[in-house]
Amino acid sequence: MSVRVALHSPTGSRSFLERGLLLLVMLIFLEGTVLTLGAASSPDISAQDNTGGGHDRRDDHRGIAGSHEQTNYTYTKKAFPVLSLDYHHIQVPFEISLWVLLASLMKLGFHLIPRLSGIVPESCLLIVVGLLVGGLIKLAGEEVPPVLDSNLFFLCLLPPIILDAGYFLPIRPFMENIGTILMFAVVGTLWNAFFVGGLLYAVCQIEGTYLSQVELLPCLLFGSIISAVDPVAVLAVFEEIHINELLHILVFGESLLNDAVTVVLYHLFEEYSGAGEVTPMDVVLGVICFLIVSLGGIAVGAIYGILAAFTSRFTSHTRVIEPLFVFVYSYMAYLSAEMFHLSGIMALIACGAVMRPYVEANISHKSHTTVKYFLKMWSSVSETLIFIFLGVATVAGPHAWNWTFVSVTVILCLVSRVIGVVGLTFIINKFRIVKLTTKDQFIVAYGGLRGAIAFSLGYLLNKDHFPMRTMFLTAIITEIFFTVFVQGMTIKPLVDLLAVKKKQEAKRSINEEIHTQFLDHLLTGIEDICGHYGHHHWKDKLNRFNKKYIKKCLIAGERYKEPQLIAFYHKMEFKQAIELVESGGGVKLPSAMPSQVSMQNIQPKKLPPAVAERALPQFTKGREEEIRKILRSNLQKTRQRLRSYNRHTLVADPFEDGWNDFLLKKQRMIELEKKMTEMSNYLTVPAAPPDSPTMCRARLASGDDFKAEKAGAKVIPDPNAFYNIKASSEGVPTIQVDLASPQSPDSVNMLNEFSKRGAKDQGLGQREVATRDEDQGLMMKPSSAGKEEKGEEEGGNKNPGLMRCLSDPGPSNEDEEDEPFLP
Amino acid sequence: MGASQSARTEHEFQDLADRTGFSLEQIGNLNKRFRQLSKNEETLSRQDLASISALDNNPLRAQIINAFFDKRNLRQNEAGTVQVIGFEEFLMVMSHFRPAAMHITEEEREKLRREKLRFVFNMHDTDSDGTITLEEYRRAVEELLSKAGTIGQETAKAIADAAMLEVASTTRGKMEPDEFYEGITFENFLQILKTFDIETRMHVRFLNMDTATMRCGK
Repeated sequence: MSVRVALHSPTGSRSFLERGLLLLVMLIFLEGTVLTLGAASSPDISAQDNTGGGHDRRDDHRGIAGSHEQTNYTYTKKAFPVLSLDYHHIQVPFEISLWVLLASLMKLGFHLIPRLSGIVPESCLLIVVGLLVGGLIKLAGEEVPPVLDSNLFFLCLLPPIILDAGYFLPIRPFMENIGTILMFAVVGTLWNAFFVGGLLYAVCQIEGTYLSQVELLPCLLFGSIISAVDPVAVLAVFEEIHINELLHILVFGESLLNDAVTVVLYHLFEEYSGAGEVTPMDVVLGVICFLIVSLGGIAVGAIYGILAAFTSRFTSHTRVIEPLFVFVYSYMAYLSAEMFHLSGIMALIACGAVMRPYVEANISHKSHTTVKYFLKMWSSVSETLIFIFLGVATVAGPHAWNWTFVSVTVILCLVSRVIGVVGLTFIINKFRIVKLTTKDQFIVAYGGLRGAIAFSLGYLLNKDHFPMRTMFLTAIITEIFFTVFVQGMTIKPLVDLLAVKKKQEAKRSINEEIHTQFLDHLLTGIEDICGHYGHHHWKDKLNRFNKKYIKKCLIAGERYKEPQLIAFYHKMEFKQAIELVESGGGVKLPSAMPSQVSMQNIQPKKLPPAVAERALPQFTKGREEEIRKILRSNLQKTRQRLRSYNRHTLVADPFEDGWNDFLLKKQRMIELEKKMTEMSNYLTVPAAPPDSPTMCRARLASGDDFKAEKAGAKVIPDPNAFYNIKASSEGVPTIQVDLASPQSPDSVNMLNEFSKRGAKDQGLGQREVATRDEDQGLMMKPSSAGKEEKGEEEGGNKNPGLMRCLSDPGPSNEDEEDEPFLP
Repeated sequence: MGASQSARTEHEFQDLADRTGFSLEQIGNLNKRFRQLSKNEETLSRQDLASISALDNNPLRAQIINAFFDKRNLRQNEAGTVQVIGFEEFLMVMSHFRPAAMHITEEEREKLRREKLRFVFNMHDTDSDGTITLEEYRRAVEELLSKAGTIGQETAKAIADAAMLEVASTTRGKMEPDEFYEGITFENFLQILKTFDIETRMHVRFLNMDTATMRCGK
């Protein structure tokens, strides 16, 4: 990689700096404009020049020494240099940044041209960019840096992508299809390796002349390198075609799990290609090695995953570094696995998959978002860089083009893949309940893309042991290009043509979640009645064990008791709360949300008041903090909204153009209010055992649940364009968060204070938001809009339109709360 | 067993296989299990099913047992429950859990889907009136969470409410405040679980061979 090279060979020439600066200026300039491929790739050349130059002058140590002397000299001689240039001081990080910047700008550019990204997969475009960059470097007469160095690739670029894949691995479909995936990954890869390797050897022998020097073992090694489906390439292409979950997980799972096979075959053949003879003993050792590599990788990953989960149990006081644990532990798992030549990919996958459920329960919502975004960011930058580097490496590498070898490789890869998939599916389908159709088989076979892992493995080969290395590399690159370009580009139209079932874009609804859980238990029950222990039975056992012992150890606080459905419900609540806050109540919420129906529509008319009692939730510290945050930011929004009424502080909100329009404002308030009504319905969270007084509790009760059946929070836009509140105060939805323990007298005082304040406000006839210190709770009472105007008209009705207060609730307090408002 | 008896069973099984879609081996296995559960009686009672110890931990135990005695699941179009079921009825209920065949047309798939969803719907619709009311839904969710202790019980209502709101809003669209959504009809049920691949998910692996694992479970 350029960077590494640059490290070893800093040379002194000022033009580098100038070029660098020029490049930076150009990049900044380009950022604003739509990037065309050529234009965007041109600025990078100068960066390449730098590195290339550096590489060229690797041995020019005297030059550096000289330049250093010179600087010293000037220092003693001249006056203190006010401004001096030392590009080499920053060269390495600067160039890394440039590459990353290039990659990010490329990604940005592609998404500005929607038509292009609709036809060509991003991976293809990125390779083309890489080719252009490499070509321009070559044109500039510099040596192309070996960017896709194996160390860089395996230690820096690959882990983020795999961790992202592992952490967000859809466990359920993965485990449901684990047999099929393993079959493809292990047997399929083995078959491919030996089929391709063996036939290639045969072809080489027949062809004679030059190729006949190729021995069997290098051929098999080549076969094992080329046969593995590449997760990076698969991800890049499959993310775009939105194939259904089953096919996605089959191909993707295969690409992840075949790593162990590839690693073992690679080391095995590399080892023996020097020694020559392979005995049956070696085969046995190879099988044992495979088991150790794969299971060892998983074990290492699982250990680190559990450690990460355990650590995250104690991070509640230092939330800022929470996300770091996820990354560091996973990276260490990867490195530890690589140290023993175990499968690093499997370690990462295991680590991510093991830690996720526990870590997610422990860390705060914000940390979770951070983890999510960081993973996505890193993986997408890595992916972009990998494809660009592939292009650059293609230009850089010395090539030994051999028509026979290359074309035979490509054909054999295709043939072996098809035979492998069809043959294996024939066997697998005997055991599968959901059979793989011919279409499915076609997509699985066709989706077997090769990628940068193969290239890097080929790059690792020792030139002395493998005189054919260059030819191998050329063939590997050709195969990668063939799969990524031809297959990658045609798979989308083919999927459409064959009408392969696509992934449904729907987000999971609560009903589906209920029925997922329902079905799990139902099927377990039916299996028990049938009297044989099937999958569901064991899954149930495992879940029970997990709940009983593991969760208790790894999850802090009370949340370990939370069943999946409740956890899902909480997540949904949060999402909605955030959506509501982000939309400011003014922008339409996603239609899937029950935004048009409120609780009163589904509640039976007469509801026992006991329902009101149901919501006595308990939050962990973090959760409470989050709720506060949500409410606080909501409060701020409302404030902004309110301030804008007196025209002094006009809030610029791009979403709301007609901000000054009084009518619009009112309508928004109505919407907000309606949404808050639903919100309050949604935000009913469960109670926790009352025996933990240290825990702060929050109560989110919906006022209209128990009293507003008839009155409702009816807010009807007045034809007079005035905000008209008809609801009595009983109909006012309230969200009440009791931040202190229930016995705390504070809250009651607070409430009284609030009530008085509310009364005062009404006298003033102004909208007002009462905010309290966070420690005591938050209150917010936006009263009706346009109160001043309305005041005269509705003299008698002085109820605040909306009241959301965060104080101690309870039926007795309800009355108290209402008192000041009632005439 | 005499030869004539086994011949008769064979014939019966063939008949059942035609009607339920099970293979003869599967029917043989299930019959063995049935006899084991019913203690060699011709009929199976609730107590027999309730005595399966593996079911004890299942939050849906009561609902599952009820489903076996629900007339609607016995392919008879009438409501109500029966006290005892014979082997044929047992098979009928079990046949709802058969996996889909490999090559089926869209209509068949849709039919299968409806059948499976109908089974689940019937489990929720305890009073057989064709709608799942809020009360029924709440009870269903409560049962589902009944092993989760107090948290589960408290949240169950909220979850059922949220789910009901979701159903109402997706099926009805906008509703006036004084309108009342009486409950989920089967059509609504189909609609909300549109993306839920029940035809590929609701199945149990029925054994074809008589294996040793058949013995466990009781």
